[in-house]
Amino acid sequence: MSDVQQSADKPSFGRKLILLLGSMDLAITLLLVLAIASVIGTVLQQNQPYADYVIKFGPFWFDVFEAAGLYDVYSALWFLVILALLVVSTSVCVTRHTPSMIKEMIEIRTHVKEKSLRAMKQSDQWTVASGEQESAAELAAALSQSGYRVRQVDKEGGILISAMKGSLNRLGYLFTHVAIVVICLGGLLDSNLPIKFAEWRGDIKVETRNLASDEVPMESRLPVGNQAFRGSIQIAEGRVANVAFLPLRDGYLVQELPFVLKVKDFRIEHYTTGQPKSFETDLVLFDDDLPEPIETTISVNHPLIHKGYAIYQSSFADGGSHLTMAAWPLDENAGQAPTEVNGRIFDKRRMPWGQDGLQLELISFRPFNINPDPTEEDPDNIRNFGPSFGFKLRTPTGEAKEYVNYMAPVMKDGRAFFLSGVRSSPAEEFGYLYIPIDRQGSVKGFSDYLKRLRDQTLVKQTAAEMTKETLQQMSDQTGPQVAASLQETLERLVSLYMQGGFVEVSRFIETALPAEQQEKLGQAYLSMLREMLARIFFAEHDESQTVTEAELLFLQDAADAIGSLTRYGSPVYLSLKDYQHIQASGLQIARSPGKSTVYIGCALLILGVFILFYLPQIRFWAMVKPDGDKSRIVLAGMSNRNPRDFELLFEQVRQRLKAVDGNSTQA
Amino acid sequence: MITTTMNKTRSPIAMQWSWWLLMALAAGLLFMMYGSILDGYEIGIVIFSAAMLGWMGQNWPGFRVHIAVTTALSLIAVQIYGNDLSAGDSQFFLNYILSSQSAIMWMSALFVMATVAYFAALFARSEFVGKVGSALTWSGVTMGLVGLMVRWRESYLISHDVGHIPVSNLYEVFILFAVITGLIYLFYERRYQTRAMGGFVLLVISASVGFILWYAFDRNAAEIQPLVPALQSYWMKIHVPANFVGYGAFAMAAMIGVAYLLTSSLQKRNEQSSFAAVMPELGVMEDVMYKAIALGFAFFTVATILGALWAAEAWGGYWSWDPKETWALIVWLNYAAWLHMRMIKGWHGRPMAWWAVIGLFVTLFAFLGVNMFLGGLHSYGEL
Ligand code: HEM
Repeated sequence: MSDVQQSADKPSFGRKLILLLGSMDLAITLLLVLAIASVIGTVLQQNQPYADYVIKFGPFWFDVFEAAGLYDVYSALWFLVILALLVVSTSVCVTRHTPSMIKEMIEIRTHVKEKSLRAMKQSDQWTVASGEQESAAELAAALSQSGYRVRQVDKEGGILISAMKGSLNRLGYLFTHVAIVVICLGGLLDSNLPIKFAEWRGDIKVETRNLASDEVPMESRLPVGNQAFRGSIQIAEGRVANVAFLPLRDGYLVQELPFVLKVKDFRIEHYTTGQPKSFETDLVLFDDDLPEPIETTISVNHPLIHKGYAIYQSSFADGGSHLTMAAWPLDENAGQAPTEVNGRIFDKRRMPWGQDGLQLELISFRPFNINPDPTEEDPDNIRNFGPSFGFKLRTPTGEAKEYVNYMAPVMKDGRAFFLSGVRSSPAEEFGYLYIPIDRQGSVKGFSDYLKRLRDQTLVKQTAAEMTKETLQQMSDQTGPQVAASLQETLERLVSLYMQGGFVEVSRFIETALPAEQQEKLGQAYLSMLREMLARIFFAEHDESQTVTEAELLFLQDAADAIGSLTRYGSPVYLSLKDYQHIQASGLQIARSPGKSTVYIGCALLILGVFILFYLPQIRFWAMVKPDGDKSRIVLAGMSNRNPRDFELLFEQVRQRLKAVDGNSTQA
Repeated sequence: MITTTMNKTRSPIAMQWSWWLLMALAAGLLFMMYGSILDGYEIGIVIFSAAMLGWMGQNWPGFRVHIAVTTALSLIAVQIYGNDLSAGDSQFFLNYILSSQSAIMWMSALFVMATVAYFAALFARSEFVGKVGSALTWSGVTMGLVGLMVRWRESYLISHDVGHIPVSNLYEVFILFAVITGLIYLFYERRYQTRAMGGFVLLVISASVGFILWYAFDRNAAEIQPLVPALQSYWMKIHVPANFVGYGAFAMAAMIGVAYLLTSSLQKRNEQSSFAAVMPELGVMEDVMYKAIALGFAFFTVATILGALWAAEAWGGYWSWDPKETWALIVWLNYAAWLHMRMIKGWHGRPMAWWAVIGLFVTLFAFLGVNMFLGGLHSYGEL
């Protein structure tokens, strides 16, 4: 059916173009080219921040890829051209084929000759006892009983019965191919092409700065209208909004909405295993056209649809939770009472901490932390570690470390600790500081010990005492020089320890001592240091007090923590005292005026495909010719698909027709 | 070449009617027992399922037995379980046969044995062994489906809010894939009256069994997990199975393609090739290949559209060029091109067989590769 009347004279250019556009070769090529082109956007993550691409590809390839539109392939011009060509090609194809398809649908072919019937793949002939008219009538009746449309015409020398079934099959072709065009057009209505066009004309400009929605200038705002868009917005609990942000390349546009949305509450429900079970927002929609606002709850898979705007639950974030924290000094001020700090997530504030002050940036808060906590019995055990908050401390030069602190104590080896994670860049894993908790459940015990270790007078005094005792034990006479040097070493060891824990002390042993003495003297140094740490810890004990196991463990844990304070890098430890959790619901807001067009196309497509595959067009012809007082019948048939199935059907029909014609004898 | 004849025999009218009646009764019984707690959508699904089963079993005796046995075994398992999930470990029948884990292990073993049997039948030219192959395949699909049914129930026994149809992660859909591919194959085995292609098709099923076992034992994937919010939608129940009719049919077409290529090259080398002698005519294999692709294409079209409808509801747009979506489109375009090539350009023979084989890799990437390498909004099953 694809061969078209070829006129004798040279076809014009337009005609040739049409031929090309409607050609099967082009269609198949386009299908495959589109398939291959689509791969690109799945391999290269689309619509990421441009900075990420620069890092990934380097400046040269970044530019090349940007020019090729690879960061948003599916709206790149060349991609749209392929799609458009496919639509044009399919339209041309449909237009060209429709007349013949309709003709084929309606027409029961009666222009056939006996010769061509005999030449068909499926044909047979036999003779029956009844006369021509009678036989023909019987055949026609039998065929129409089997559901065929039947036409009977007199031909020279006989009667031709033409029968046909499945004329809908041709509609299958029309439906599928029209559907492609309809779907693409519907999709076009919902694409961001108009926005791109307006941008190209200079009517609108993508905003790349991080601005509040009402500060975004007019040229980056889209008024309420009928256009399609898909944007998103985060609204904190208790807040309202009447715009959506549309991401576009490395920036965004602001779409104004004809209503105001208020988020009353956002909730996450959890399964007992800790996985999230549902995300829900209690939403109020205010629209002047409504007698009263709509109050409803939306959740994933259950959007709110109003005036063609669909509002979906798509994500969530912190909405500026209030935190009350206590800042425990870890530097020279250690031991002082903690100061109270109040703040909200996303706040940035200068704090008088450390030598030059630091900027505190509160970045996140989580009311639950459901993390793996493998135990002996259950390696898959998970547990709620309670609330945590994340923050950065930035120096005046701009360097920042990121911290995450847990509110509730965490158990480790049967003891309770406050846990604080630290890292220097998002690429790293957190390293954790374990601050042991004193008997009152507070940081105070730790803080006091830290204070004593920082107290030079106390360290000196302890070192002196220890020197004296040591020398007394070593009964031989040693001069004051030895005493001075031992005392100095003890002080030195403590100070090294304060700088970097055992790591620093080991480094000192390795660099300052002669190699042959390292092992022996090194051991001695470490035990002296331990003794010093203990003495300072127990400085306020009077002699009579017995030392408990718990105190020793606390000492060990506190000393461990203090040894890693330098790496921890913060002059304060922030403990969370209280919080008010405020969440923000991430909504996606979309308008797709082309949606119903697309759905109609989809329905057509499904209908068409099934018709095309499973309702074959079947034709039978029976030529009845007088043969004396008997008649001779030539039967032939064809189907436009599945020849093997048709063989079977032909056999059935033949049997059936022979049976009605009775007493037949094969010719 | 063995000559095959097509079998389109219809079951006796009385049988057809009885089957339909049975399906209607089953649906009716369901409504009587649970009607009060079903919503409109669920009532629709029950009616649709009964109609599908009625239609499929109407002229396919093997399918009727399969459904009857699956139903019986599933009900027995549900009965033994009662309300106690731990019965799965303590009750003999559950522990060794009917708990979903056991049933799935049985399915795995049966499919592998069926593969061996089909090939043995091919080489030994034994009709009997071939029949054993068919019986094993039928048993395999039955145990697989029982496994899924029982797993469905088990998920509700864990807790009501965890309960869901087992088509929600890679482990579950691989079982679905094995079952559906098996059923599609069995349909064509009967229709074309030849078991010679069985080994080839079962090979791809065995491969998926291999994946299931690895995934279950190495990755502990067999555990029932609650649904993430995005998957809590009735669309999942129809979108996923429709997709897997597509995947199953495409996989089968590819394996027939392999059989075709092997036969035709052996034949080219040696007219009297004894292997070619036991395979069906090349024309028959082409025919089956076309039919499988047409079936797959039709269902894949439906599945992709259902996916778009779901996406419109869950993500706020019917088409987002998410990697999974895009790969579905790629698979679809590929087979659309194949169909045009064959139907309109009249291509056939080895190139089309090769194309069908390549199609499997495209399909496989859409089905597995996307989850492994690309991620995106489709949240189920990451390896
Ligand atoms: C996205 C684009 C297209 C898709 C998805 C598509 C899909 C299909 C499908 C599934 C079939 C049925 C194949 C079969 O009979 O087994 C078909 C048939 C056909 N297509 Fe396309 N097609 C597309 C574009 C085109 C174009 C551009 C042309 C014009 C050259 C075309 C011409 C035909 C013709 C003539 C048939 C045969 C109908 C028949 O006689 O049964 N198609 N198409």
